[in-house]
Formats: sequence, C-alpha cells, structure tokens
Amino acid sequence: MNSLYYQKRLSRNIGDKFFTSVSAICALIAILPLIFLVTYILYKGGSQITPELFTLEPNPPGDDLGAGGINPALIGTLIITSVASIIAIPVGVGGGIYLAEYSKGGSFSRFIRFGVNVLAGVPSIIAGVFIYALIVSTKILFGSMYSGLAGGMALSILMLPTVIKTTDEGLKLVPNELRYASLGVGASMYTTILKVTLPSAFRSIATGVVLGIARAAGETAPLIFTALFSYYYITGIGDLFYEMGSLAVLIYNFALEPYDAQNKLAWAASFILVLSILSVNIFSRILAAFTEKTKRV
Amino acid sequence: MEEKLTLFKNRKRFGIEKNIDIIFKNTALVLSSFVAIILLGIILVVFFQSFESFSRYGLKFLVTSNWNPVKDEYGAFTAIYGTLLTSFLSLLITIPLGVGTAIFITEDFVPKVFREIIGSFVELLAAIPSVVLGLWAIFVMEPFFRTFFVLLHNFFGWIPLFSTEPAGRNSLLAILILVVMLLPIVTSIARDSLNQVPKKLRNAAYGIGASRWKTIFSVILPAALSGIMAGVLLALGRAMGETMAVTMIIGNSNAFSWSILSPGYTISSMLANQFGEADGSQVSSLFYAAFVLMILSLVVNIFAQWLVKKFSLKY
Repeated sequence: MNSLYYQKRLSRNIGDKFFTSVSAICALIAILPLIFLVTYILYKGGSQITPELFTLEPNPPGDDLGAGGINPALIGTLIITSVASIIAIPVGVGGGIYLAEYSKGGSFSRFIRFGVNVLAGVPSIIAGVFIYALIVSTKILFGSMYSGLAGGMALSILMLPTVIKTTDEGLKLVPNELRYASLGVGASMYTTILKVTLPSAFRSIATGVVLGIARAAGETAPLIFTALFSYYYITGIGDLFYEMGSLAVLIYNFALEPYDAQNKLAWAASFILVLSILSVNIFSRILAAFTEKTKRV
Repeated sequence: MEEKLTLFKNRKRFGIEKNIDIIFKNTALVLSSFVAIILLGIILVVFFQSFESFSRYGLKFLVTSNWNPVKDEYGAFTAIYGTLLTSFLSLLITIPLGVGTAIFITEDFVPKVFREIIGSFVELLAAIPSVVLGLWAIFVMEPFFRTFFVLLHNFFGWIPLFSTEPAGRNSLLAILILVVMLLPIVTSIARDSLNQVPKKLRNAAYGIGASRWKTIFSVILPAALSGIMAGVLLALGRAMGETMAVTMIIGNSNAFSWSILSPGYTISSMLANQFGEADGSQVSSLFYAAFVLMILSLVVNIFAQWLVKKFSLKY
C-alpha cells in the first residue's frame, strides 16, 4: 500500500533530485558569464562614453596625453563591414538562389552545400592569412599593401557561408504552390524568382544576413594583418587603399597596452561594439518570434 | 483552329527573355561555385606558401619546438601541443556543462518562459566578439582566478599539468575563456537534438516505471547522442581555430612546458602574433603552421558532417 505514495527517501527519488540540481547548476554557470560580462562592460565602458569619443582620433599610447577618441575606428568598422557586405551578399544570395531554385539535389549542389559547411568551419585567422598571401603581399590592389579593402575581402569570406545558408534555407521554406502559380501564368524562371519567391522569403533572408553582418563587425583575426590599424581620420574614398582602423583591432591593440588611458578606450570601444551587436541580435530575435506568431494565426 | 494556333505562335517567348533567363541561371551557377573556388584557393595558396618550409623541415616541423627567427630554425611543436591541449581540455569542461544546461532547458523543471530566457541568454553569449571576451579575460578573469591558481599549484603541483608557478597569463585562462565561447555551441546543438527525440520514447520509459533521470540517461541521451557528438566536434573545430581571446590571455611563449599554469602558444595565436612582422623563411614557416591548423579543423569539420549524415535520427 505504501508503494502508491511518493517516498522521499527512495534512492531513485534522491538520485533524481540530485541530478536535477546538477543540471540547474550547469544552467546557472552557463548564463553567468553573459551576465557578468554585460554588466561589467555597461559599467566600465558606459562610464567612458563622452561626445569627444566619437569625434577625436586616438592619441598615441602613453598616459600623459589622454586617450582621445575612436572616430577613425568607428568609421573604419562601418566601411570594412560594408565592403564585406557588398561582396558577400550578392555572391551569397546568388549562390543560394542556385542551390534552392535550380539544382535538383544532384552531386554538384551536394558538393556546394558541403563546401559551404566546410568554409563555415575554416578558422577566421586562415581567411586573414589567405588574403594576406593573395592581396597584401602581392600588392595587387594598385600597389597598396595593407588596406581597408583587403580587410573587407577577408571578412567577406567569413560572411559568405552564412549568407548562402540563410538564402538557401529561406527559399526552401517558400511553398511550391507559389512557384507553380507564377510559372503557370507564363512567367519565366527569373521573373518567378525575383518577383515571387525572393520577396516572400525576404524577411528570413534579411534576418540571417543582418546577423551575419553583426558577427563580421566583431571579427578581429582576419583584420590584424590585412587592414592593420590606423590612428588617423578617414578623409576620403582613397583611404580605402591604406591601413584602416576598426573597433575590433582597436580593442585588441589597446587592451595589450600597459597604459590606463588606452585600456579605457578599449573598454569604451567594447561598449559600443557589444551594445550594437547585442541589440541587432535581440531585435532580430523579437522580429522572428513576432512573425512566427502572426503566421500561426 | 487555324486561328488559335497562330495565336499561340505569337505568344511565344521573346528571344531576349529566354536569354535573360539563361544568363540569370548561369550567373547563379557561377556565384554558387565561388564557394568551391574560395575553399580550393585557400587550401592551395596556404599549401604553396608553406612549400619552402615544408621541403626544408618536412614532418620534423611538427615535433621540434625551437622557434628561432634569428638562427632561422623553426619547429611548431609547442604551438601544436598548445592548440590540442587547450581545445581538448576546454571541451572536457564544456561537454558536461553544455549538455547539463541543454537538459535543463528541454525538461520541464521550470516554467517555459524561464527556459526560453536561459536559452536565448546562452545564444546571445555566442554573439559577443571574441576580442571583447579577451579584454574581459585580461582585466576581470585573470585577477579573479589568481589566488585560485596559486592554491591549485600548491595542492596539485605534483601533477605535471599544474607543476609550474602560475604565470599572469597562462594556458588555463585560455582554456577557461574557450569554455565560455564553446558553451553556446554545445548547448544549442544539444538542445536541438534533445528536442528532436520523439515524445513516444519518453512516455514508453515512464510507462514501465523508469524515473525521470533514468529515462534521460538510458533513453533520451542515447537517442540524441549523434547530434550532440556533431555539436561537440563543431565546437572542437571552433576551439582549435579560435584566435583573439586566446592570443590575448595565453601569454604567447614558445618555451615548451607540460604545465597549463605556464604561458603557452597555439597555432592561431602564433599567427596573430608574428605574421605582421615576419619576413623571409619565417613567413613560410608560419604558413606551414597555418596549413597544419587548416588540416586539423578541416578533418574535424568533415568528420562532424559525416557523423550527422550517417547517424541522424530516423524515427
């Protein structure tokens, strides 16, 4: 009769309680770093934010001058990420269109999908090494060595797999009826893709691409010997062919400086970088949840 | 009848539209093959750049640990050992933590809202740039763990892994920051594969009287194992190639030591550190090291993909 009731002291119940608490502790440990990290960056970086930060050049390392600002690095990150997007988005979306719309699951498309996964796993520093060998050391870009353009190219290699994958998967979710309907009224294949399937998959592709851009904006390893770093204002389009600073490389360089002023600048740059990346992530997450809800209704 | 046929004849596609269609398709084809071209390009370029060093040192490069640009002698054993050591040890810590977290957010211990919050917190952790994690490791983690490392050395100094006095920046800190970076990967993939296990299996196990954790250990985890393994391998690939955070905290010393409390080196941190100012045969040796790193991560990645395809759940 007793066996019908829950018995606390039974070894299986004690074991269950034990493992449940172990997994709860695991979950707690897993989210602690993010909480610590974000609060520390908000506290340490947020206190450094001043209007001059956005307008000044960083001063050369040393405590006596003060740190200056991060204007060139901020603009540089925007430029380098834009270059990467301009290369990676057309190539990636085009490739994704081919995989999802034209290939019939043959060996070519399987090979390309495999290649996309492998390229996604290539260490980011290898992309930097590759661009260094191909572009920086050969001075193929009109004789310039380290340049913002080369940095953008290295980043585009990292963005490409993400863009192809999201395009491929976004297009696969478009119901076939839409394609049949469009082809049935006599539209050609490219009209169908450009006017029907691509627009209806637009939101999911755009979300993926924006997340890819956010990820690329924080990448450092491909930039440290392609774009290098610069202390000076970006004045014109010609600066694309010279060394260019970026927030990520600024953080790396100034974190290793022994001076407090530079360290503080690194924290301020982290604050801006993390805040923008996290807000893009959270915003796209909310957007995705919202569209899922509206679709269900 | 005749009239109708001419009607259809006139409604044929214009040649120009047909051509646009063909051009569009071929452009997409070319763009998609860019992936293969870039991948092959990377492998070939890195291989040919490393050729000089490869022909001079051969496989000896992999097992000698003197890296001396002045005497022009190169061997990458310290960096290769550091790469393997940091990635495997960090995985060893990450796997139980990540899988434990994944179980916690797939079971119904706490209301769904909390589980979703924990899940998205862990995924947001993946969005933090590694250079910021490195900065955090230098200024927050290192002072925090300093006394703990001294204790570790005092009590367990007889184990070779802890045999040296703790240095300010050392391999163990690199391992810990890698854990932070790998957790989101392992957790999210483990969660997805646990969610894919059909409910029937769980109900059957409960039905014959298994307790919750008995069910998890003997039914659910084995069913999700292939997916979890693939996630672990992806994390291993990421750990081996991870550059910035590791470079900033590992101490960058080529002196070989078994201890993880001494400064170390990984292939990627060696590249990040030396590539900018290297010249002559040092560049070639660095390319050789990069080639080794690439092969390591390619093998791990391809094996992971094969595992997913081979053992993906079929219910």
